[in-house]
Amino acid sequence: MNEQNQRPDMSVTIAGVTFKNPVMTASGTFGSGMEYGQFVDLNRLGAVVTKGVASVPWEGNPTPRVAEVYGGMLNAIGLQNPGIDVFIERDLAFLEGYDTKVIVNVCGHTEEEYLEVVERLAGEHRVDMLEINVSCPNVKQGAIAFGTDPATLCRITERVKRVAGQPVIMKLTPNVTDIAEMARAAEAGGADAISLINTLTGMKIDVETRRFVLANRTGGLSGPAIKPVAVRMVWQASQAVKIPVIGMGGIASAEDAVEFMLAGASAVAVGAMNFHDPCLTERVVDGMEAYLVRHGIPSAAELTGAVRG
Amino acid sequence: MDKSTATVISCKEIAESIWDLRLRMAETFSGEIRPGQFVGLYPGSAARLLMRPISICGYSGGGETPVQLRLVFRAGGAGTRELAGAQAGDAMDVLGPLGNGYDLDRLAPGRVLLLGGGIGIPPLLGLTRALTERGAQVTAALGYRNGDLFLKEDFEAAGARVLIATEDGSAGVRGNVLDAVRAAQAEADVLCACGPLPMLRAIKAYAAGRPCWLSLEERMACGVGACLGCVVRTRDIDAHSRVHNARVCTEGPVFAAEDVEI
Repeated sequence: MNEQNQRPDMSVTIAGVTFKNPVMTASGTFGSGMEYGQFVDLNRLGAVVTKGVASVPWEGNPTPRVAEVYGGMLNAIGLQNPGIDVFIERDLAFLEGYDTKVIVNVCGHTEEEYLEVVERLAGEHRVDMLEINVSCPNVKQGAIAFGTDPATLCRITERVKRVAGQPVIMKLTPNVTDIAEMARAAEAGGADAISLINTLTGMKIDVETRRFVLANRTGGLSGPAIKPVAVRMVWQASQAVKIPVIGMGGIASAEDAVEFMLAGASAVAVGAMNFHDPCLTERVVDGMEAYLVRHGIPSAAELTGAVRG
Repeated sequence: MDKSTATVISCKEIAESIWDLRLRMAETFSGEIRPGQFVGLYPGSAARLLMRPISICGYSGGGETPVQLRLVFRAGGAGTRELAGAQAGDAMDVLGPLGNGYDLDRLAPGRVLLLGGGIGIPPLLGLTRALTERGAQVTAALGYRNGDLFLKEDFEAAGARVLIATEDGSAGVRGNVLDAVRAAQAEADVLCACGPLPMLRAIKAYAAGRPCWLSLEERMACGVGACLGCVVRTRDIDAHSRVHNARVCTEGPVFAAEDVEI
C-alpha cells in the first residue's frame, strides 16, 4: 500500500487520553449508550459521554419536558438520573464491554454533591475522564449557577481537581456574556479541558392555549438552530485558553463536525440530532474520515484550529 | 428495531383532520409487532427534527412478505399536517416498532372491554383483531366528538360489539365512553383504554380493581428510552430510573392502571 492510500489517522489525544476518533456523544442525548447500542456500534465511537449522574437519584422535572422548535428542540428534563450507585453497578458495567472511552458527566446541587460523585469515581479504572456539568439550565440549584460566575467556576474546578482520579473537563454554558472569560476561569482552576456549548435557555408558548409548552416554562435549546452560536463560542474559547476544547451544538453531519474542529475543537460531540438519526454518530465518524481523504489531510488532529484567517 | 425508509401506499382523510396512512415497510423493518406499539414518523423537513409517535392501527405481512402498517392519526400540528400530505410512492422515514404493546396472554380469552376516545381509538383496532382471533369477547366503546365515526365499521368487521358515545349526541349515547358502557350494561373481566388523560383517570376509577391497562401519550424526543423526556409518574420506584418515573416510550406506552399516577 502506498502512502496515498493509507487511511488517515483519526485518533486525537486530550489530556493524555487517546481517543480512536474525535466523535463523542453529547451528555444527556445518549443515556449510557444502552439504548443507542442497537443502532450504532459503540466500539466505533471516540467516547461515550454519559447522561449526568448525581450522588443520589434525581426525579427530574414534571412533563412536558420536551418541545420541538424550528431547527431544534427545547428540553427541561431536569437531570433525572438513577444516582451514582446504580450508575456504577449497571451503566459502567455495560460500558466495560465496549472498546470506547468513557466520559462520565457529573452533576450536583451543591459543590459537595459534585465532589461526592467525583470521589466515588476516583479509583474507577473504567472511567477515562470526567465532565463536570456546571451548565444545565434546567435545575434550580447547582449546575448553571456554578458556570456563570468566573470566580465560582474557578473554585469548583480547583476543588474537583483536588479529588479527581481522572482528567477533568468543565462543560460550559453559552448563557454568559463572555465565553472567553469563563474558559479562562476553568483553565485557571486547573481544568484539563473544556467542552461547550451546553443548551441555550429558551421558551415556547402555545398561542392557542396561551400556556407555556414546557412544564418548567424554560428549557434548553439544542439542535441545528444553535450551531452558528456554538461554532463562534468554540472559536472564542479556544483562542482564549491553551487547554483542549471539545465542541458541540447542533452537529448534524460530518461537515458540521469538521467545522467545529476548524474553529478550534480537538474533539466533537453529537447531541440532539441523535434523536433525528439514531445512527448519526457512526455516520459522522465515516464522513469525517472521508473528508480527510478527500482533502489529503493525514490526521484528524490537524483539523483543530485550522480555519484559514 | 431500526430507522428505515418506508414507501407510502396511500394516505386519505377519513374524518376531519383524521388521516389513514398505509405504509409498505423496508425489509430492514424488523421485530415482532404487538398491538399497542407505535412507530416514529419523521416529517421530511429537517427543520422538524423529532419523530412523531403514531400508534399502530393495523399491520399485515411479515416473514416472506413485506410488512404493511396502517396508521391512523390526527393532523393537529404542522409536523403531522406535513405527514398527512404524503402521496402514494413517497418515501417516509420510520423508527420502530417502539414500546411494549399489550400482553395478549393476560387479556384473552375472556370478556375484554376496550375504551377509546378520539385519536385513542386507532390502536384498539389492531388489539380487537388479535383478541377476537384468540377467542376473546370484545366490546369496544368508542368516543367521538360528533357523528364522524371513523373506524367504526372496522371494529365491527373485526368481531367487536361496538358501543358509541358522541359529545354532541349526534350518534350513540350523548356523553363519554363510560356513559355508553353504563347504558349498555356491558360487563367485562378486563379493560384496556386509550384516550385523553381525564378519560383515562375516569376509567382507572371505574375499573375498581379489575385488571385495567392504559395506553399513555407523552411528548417524546428520542422514542427509544435515552432522553428521559416522556416519563410518567409511577406508584413504585421503577427499575430503570430508580425514581418514580417510567419511560412511556420504553416501559410503556401500555401500563397497568394501578402502576401509574395519572
